[in-house]
Amino acid sequence: MDSVAQRLSAVGAGAALELRGVTRLFGALAALTDVTITVRPGERRAVLGSNGAGKTTLFNCITGDFPPSSGTIRFFGEDVTHFPPYERIRRGLRRTYQISALFPGLTVQDNVYLACRGVSRGRFSFLRPGQNDALMHAADNLVQAVHLSAVKDQRVAELAHGQQRQLEIALALAGAPRFVLFDEPAAGLSPTERAELIEILTSLPAHIGYIIIEHDMDVALRVVESVTMMHNGRVFKEGLPQEIQSDPEVQELYLGGGHE
Amino acid sequence: MSLAHDARVAIRAATVAQRPMRTWPEVNNPAAWIVAAILLIMPLIANGFFLIEIFATTLILGIMALSLMFLAGYGGMVSLMQLTIAGFSAYMVAVFGISGNANISLGWPWWLAVPMALALATAFGTLGGALAVRTEGIYTIMITLAIGAAFYYFTNQNWAIFNGHTGINTVATPHFWGVNWRADIPFYYVVLAVAALCYFAVEYLSRAPFGLALQGVRDNPRRMATLGFNVNAHRIAAYAFASFVAALAGVLQVWNYRQISPGSVSVGACIDVLIIAVVGGITRPIGPFIGALIFVLLRTFALDFLVRLGLDGNRFRLLIGLGFLAIVFWSSDGVIGLWQRWRQSQRPTAKRPGGGRGHG
Repeated sequence: MDSVAQRLSAVGAGAALELRGVTRLFGALAALTDVTITVRPGERRAVLGSNGAGKTTLFNCITGDFPPSSGTIRFFGEDVTHFPPYERIRRGLRRTYQISALFPGLTVQDNVYLACRGVSRGRFSFLRPGQNDALMHAADNLVQAVHLSAVKDQRVAELAHGQQRQLEIALALAGAPRFVLFDEPAAGLSPTERAELIEILTSLPAHIGYIIIEHDMDVALRVVESVTMMHNGRVFKEGLPQEIQSDPEVQELYLGGGHE
Repeated sequence: MSLAHDARVAIRAATVAQRPMRTWPEVNNPAAWIVAAILLIMPLIANGFFLIEIFATTLILGIMALSLMFLAGYGGMVSLMQLTIAGFSAYMVAVFGISGNANISLGWPWWLAVPMALALATAFGTLGGALAVRTEGIYTIMITLAIGAAFYYFTNQNWAIFNGHTGINTVATPHFWGVNWRADIPFYYVVLAVAALCYFAVEYLSRAPFGLALQGVRDNPRRMATLGFNVNAHRIAAYAFASFVAALAGVLQVWNYRQISPGSVSVGACIDVLIIAVVGGITRPIGPFIGALIFVLLRTFALDFLVRLGLDGNRFRLLIGLGFLAIVFWSSDGVIGLWQRWRQSQRPTAKRPGGGRGHG
């Protein structure tokens, strides 16, 4: 209980996510150099940058997929720099992957059920869920929210690309997320699917903040209120979407060739 | 964190869909009932030789292979030490219980010796698993094979507990309620009961959160971690469960042969368990039992068959090897894979494969 109270007070007071001097080396190559970012609770931010700018590495450091080589990461005030990924997730952090990271051998329903189970008790339960299992209903609702009810008993390996991307998002919204990292959620989606994605993102409850990596500026700038521009593993510019879009340096680096 | 604060509800008002929940194994499969009935009345149709040498032995090997199927099929972890865990359990029954080697055996009654053996063998397998989960793929195979080989040579050379290469002989078997439980028919039913228990436990577990999460770990361990699961803890727990299953088989095995020696835990025997599981198919718990039946039939009758053809009877392993090659070549999911595809080709309109369900 004490930790819940601490977390609630932290929501009001400080930052949802606070990175200080985060550096990540792969051998001699610095994928991230001295990145310092602060995101408020409920804030929605886009991270832009060309390939190799360090965007996905940034996500990997935040979730603990790869720990940072140096620097500190605080999640709602708590130093999580040395936590394994599952401890961060249990505290309300979520992420999606640029290349869908699903469980192809299981059904859609089971995929989402696992996501719900992962952030609640009974992960090791030997008892099958019954008719009134709360998490089974939670999974049903989540499947419906991402428009996958029609295929919920199909194995994920059989799904179309767009459906897999939607499932990817459903997995990140299980339980009680407080902050979500979306890694190019619109990649490979059709215009209709993009519209659905935007609807899902904009209708998230206000207390859920997120960072979104997105190359499609039409998507990115419609669902965020702030932008961080990265270049060569460093934070290059931060600001409001309009400021970033009209910034000549940014345009030269990233937007120069139009939207490509 | 309270579930009441879930984001999902707020995304879109969603009605709760009714979902048929399969909480128990399918009971409407006629093939399963026929197999179950035949197994139950087996003592009426089979003589003592078939009952013990073929069917009880099949079931015991099937349980060992089932423990591997659980790890490999659901967890993606190929462990070559499942026979070693069974052998360890068998040794512990002999060491703590009553045997012809009075200087080694402690003489405990079976109802104390067996729980002790199960507990120690489960602990042994869990420790081995804790080492193995630090690796993936071929390195898991190497570590578990190394544990198996080390145990084999250790039993060969240790005289104080394992009685060296002669092993422990004339192990006592349980007698109570006026029944000699090692007599052919009672023993067959004991083995059948344990096999059915293990089979249904694995089948049930595959749809329980623990089993589902294990399949998630198999498909994508990294994502499991970013869904909140402690992947290594899950893998070690899977080893603990599989070790307990293998340990049960070990108890039955030492009662079956009434002796245990290093020959029973050799590296070759460890690999036999892998062959049994792969030949039968590791996608479903019935596979290991089918594989074990094929293996035992070949082992028992290939010798006569080869001699009749004018070949050396000791070459029965050649037949097993060729059969193994053929099955792996044509069906990567073993005999049950062949069966499922055949069923599907018979019923092209059926949405789901019927599968060879039934208990071992």
